[in-house]
Amino acid sequence: MNAPVRLDLRDASTFPTRRVEDWKWSDLKRFLRDAPAVSAALAVAPGGPFAALGGREIAFGNGVTADGAAEARFEGAGTLRLRFVSEAQATGHQARATVVVPARAELLVLESYEGAGSAYASNVTLGFELGEGARLTRIVLLEEPDDAISVSAAEVKVAPHAHYTQTVLASGAKLQRHETRVNHPGHGASVRLDGLYVLSGSRHADLTTVVDHQGVEGVTSQLTKGVVADSARGVFQGRIVVDRGADKTDARMGHHALILSDKAEVDAKPELEIYADDVSCAHGNTVGALDENALFYACARGIPEHEARVMLTQAFLGEVTDRIEHDGAREAAQAWLVDRLEALL
Amino acid sequence: MLKIDNLQVSVADKPILKGLSLDVPAGEVHAVMGPNGAGKSTLGYTLAGRNGYEVTAGSAFLNGEDLLALEPNERAAKGLFLSFQYPLEIPGVPALTFVRTALNAQRKARGEGEVSAPEFLKLVKQKAKDLRIDFDMLKRPLNVGFSGGEKKRMEVLQMALLEPKLLILDETDSGLDIDALRIVSEGVNALRAPDRSMLVITHYQRLLDYIRPDKVHVLAAGRIVASGGPELALELERTGYDRYAAEAA
Repeated sequence: MNAPVRLDLRDASTFPTRRVEDWKWSDLKRFLRDAPAVSAALAVAPGGPFAALGGREIAFGNGVTADGAAEARFEGAGTLRLRFVSEAQATGHQARATVVVPARAELLVLESYEGAGSAYASNVTLGFELGEGARLTRIVLLEEPDDAISVSAAEVKVAPHAHYTQTVLASGAKLQRHETRVNHPGHGASVRLDGLYVLSGSRHADLTTVVDHQGVEGVTSQLTKGVVADSARGVFQGRIVVDRGADKTDARMGHHALILSDKAEVDAKPELEIYADDVSCAHGNTVGALDENALFYACARGIPEHEARVMLTQAFLGEVTDRIEHDGAREAAQAWLVDRLEALL
Repeated sequence: MLKIDNLQVSVADKPILKGLSLDVPAGEVHAVMGPNGAGKSTLGYTLAGRNGYEVTAGSAFLNGEDLLALEPNERAAKGLFLSFQYPLEIPGVPALTFVRTALNAQRKARGEGEVSAPEFLKLVKQKAKDLRIDFDMLKRPLNVGFSGGEKKRMEVLQMALLEPKLLILDETDSGLDIDALRIVSEGVNALRAPDRSMLVITHYQRLLDYIRPDKVHVLAAGRIVASGGPELALELERTGYDRYAAEAA
């Protein structure tokens, strides 16, 4: 497996180019040649898109917390709203956070990327650690300006019998990359990595995941769906590695996208690397247009074409938000999807 | 009710309907029978307004409305209902949601108020019971994983709820066993009314044992080549379409 890129905005030599296999569809160097000047610290008022769901809040404003730190750590249960707020003009900032869920504890992380201003570069590095039997649900909402560059990379360490579930909701930016690498110990642990991208204009979103199954009887389920319009570009890279000895691994990966215009593009690379003998792994990948037959059927029953398109597209993408078990988080995700589609179609 | 005059339709520049004329008065059930490739499905799709069915000449009026000038959803709001030979699966949209959306869209187009959710549920429950449709099935995505019979019963349920003026049944008997055929036919027959007409498109006479037509037309090579009473269907069953195909050619 390729070693992950350790991006440091202060050092242009760490910026990946398309010659780095994992970044071939998200050529950072093309958009960011030199290290940007450092953004000024930003005071952030409490709130954000998940404010109604309560819980503890940790907010970074241009990479800095209220205490002036560039790094934060949280250990506990309940609800954590982790906010990365950017408001800058052509400058860059980076932040780092670690979240630990103790054994048998349950945590909901509501992670939001809230961008304003223009042409900023943001780099976030995250670590998640789940103790034995812990349960972590992570909902990620990426809402940034169309000329921003935003990279977020997380390392997730899962213990036996723990459950890690994430859903990423991406609306893209000039270049928006959300990467998740999971160490999967098997032994009753389960991992779910879902994603949704809704892209218009010339926006670009890249959802990249790597799951490394290291022990027996691990379960991974993955469903990513997206829709791209105009000249937008969606990138899905999903790799599942099953190490030697990780027998009875059960891994399923699905990526399905709708392309609404000739100039829009979807690049998908689902990969299964299997070194164990007794495993059950499958992946499916489809990219296409909205089903014209279904569209005509709906119109023939009296539904105007625009409404029918919204209904069918929403139903297609809604499969991902429907999988979110937490009621409040699911409703927030569904509302986001409806808003985004209304703007797109 | 329905007046079609000299209708000519091409699909991918190939003429399929070559001057079809048909008049279905209010309250009557007319059958259109014909061999494969005669243009039976083209007739249904053209009247419903499907893309790719290019009208090169002729006209079609429903209660004085020029159907061919309207979008598919507008035709539905004017009372046209095409029952599909192969009803489409609509993943992610529960059957109930789909039908209520369609009903309210039609009502809105006609300047009528929306049907409230409780009113709609009450209506659906009764109609579903008549058609022996399990109510829980209506909470599932429309037609996804339904059997052929279940899909056709869903079509009849939609007709019963949308209350169209003109029903076009395209090969409704295909894929149905005898029991399903009986339930579907009973559902259709229950919709017969003085202000509602039906066009039953079928290859086989079998369906007409259940849905009895007032008139039978033979469609061959894109035109109506013979018309008569119900006895014409029985004669076709005995003699086949060869005679008409030869005449039309």
